[in-house]
Amino acid sequence: MKTLIFAKRNMKEIIRDPLTVFFGLCFPVIIMLLLTLIQSNIPTELFSINKLAPGISVFGLSFISLFSGMLIAKDRSSAFCLRLYSSPIKPYQFISGYIIPFIPLALLQSALCLIIAIPLGLKPGIGMLTVLIASIPASFLYIGIGILCGTFLSDKQVGGICGALLTNVSAWLSGIWFDLSLLGKTLEGIAKSLPFANAVISVQAVFAGDLTEALKPIIIVSAYAAALFAGAVILFSAKIKSDNK
Amino acid sequence: MNAIEIHELTKQYKDKTAVDRLTLDIKQGELFALLGVNGAGKTTTVKMLSCLIKPTSGDARIMGYSITNEPEKVKQIINVSPQESAAALNLTVRENLEFIAQIYGYSAVEAKKAALDIIEEMSLESVSSSKAKILSGGYMRRLSIAMSVITKPQILFLDEPTLGLDVLARRELWGVIERLKEKTTVILTTHYMEEAEQLADKIAIISSGRLRASGSAEQLKAESGTNTLEDAFVKIASAQDDK
Repeated sequence: MKTLIFAKRNMKEIIRDPLTVFFGLCFPVIIMLLLTLIQSNIPTELFSINKLAPGISVFGLSFISLFSGMLIAKDRSSAFCLRLYSSPIKPYQFISGYIIPFIPLALLQSALCLIIAIPLGLKPGIGMLTVLIASIPASFLYIGIGILCGTFLSDKQVGGICGALLTNVSAWLSGIWFDLSLLGKTLEGIAKSLPFANAVISVQAVFAGDLTEALKPIIIVSAYAAALFAGAVILFSAKIKSDNK
Repeated sequence: MNAIEIHELTKQYKDKTAVDRLTLDIKQGELFALLGVNGAGKTTTVKMLSCLIKPTSGDARIMGYSITNEPEKVKQIINVSPQESAAALNLTVRENLEFIAQIYGYSAVEAKKAALDIIEEMSLESVSSSKAKILSGGYMRRLSIAMSVITKPQILFLDEPTLGLDVLARRELWGVIERLKEKTTVILTTHYMEEAEQLADKIAIISSGRLRASGSAEQLKAESGTNTLEDAFVKIASAQDDK
């Protein structure tokens, strides 16, 4: 119960921040609209909406890291956390309260991206639902990164790491905007060993109905997500303990 | 009956002893002030007593519960108003109050009622629907105290509650704190002499982490042979520092 009460507070903190709403919900949609506009003015198919929309729905999740990291870092730096540490809330309720609101937010963000893509030409149907399901490991991956950053960095540092570095890495090494082979063999190899490109490949494949193609990247993303998420939870709990020594 | 019994409480940080073998009893219903300069060990003491940090050695009993062995029980009966403003900034005053009440186990209905009562009691009606982030310093402190009182704690810790406030806001808050005396045992940390003298039943003077003297303001003045609490404080704290 206390977990949900704390989660409700966190949800309110996030959605009442206009910058969060803009970057989380509007910015990925604006990128999609711009690229669709560019596509309509070039003869070759560079940004097919059936690949672009699922890809951007995953890219948008990188902002979840920013929001979760900022929220935790801000709380940690304020006396609000002191108040909670001295209250009867337990550490597992505390961390669950941070995680829970970001799960529906991540799904909402992906769903919004896909729904807005329908009038742009995205084929509606069961494929959209499968994209949402396939993006769950990526959601946990980005939430985990946010918790890790929020646990150890200040809110300004989280802004730099998650807001600038992570979103750029997620964008450039994901293969959403261009074929990864254009990066050269070394960078392509790095990109494909990281979870960002695999997350995009997996949702694009499930949207196309090719579950076989989706399986390997989903396993890779899930492995990264599980490791990062577990690490984030353990380190967050350890940090609470060390803060109270 | 003693609400708090502190025995040889010590907090050591590497080469610095923040609190040094503090032994003290605080009676139930008392407003007890911990008086000291910055860095004297007041906040560290409050943090240990409110189970925020663990003592290096020693122990304290809060209403009979040990802070080292029974922190969960202690946390259920205390509340803290930290030195800095401690509210969720994007939540309204009413939401902050309901939130903290529910964290201490109130149902949603009970929390709503408790929030309405405390809003009236603390004269927060005019800002009850305002987000915490737009409150003035005085209202923010009042909200912070309201959040620590709403759970009806048996022991309330107020850490420098009027720090940085202007004279009017400070005087207003004194009125609020005086009213709290009737309901709960209050431990107040401050470095304002007039605040301690005005509000406290008993005062403990702490410097360099050690208890130097304790008693009523009048007792401290008499013992030190001075006319004001400030003179008594300077004499007691500096005499011990010189040793």
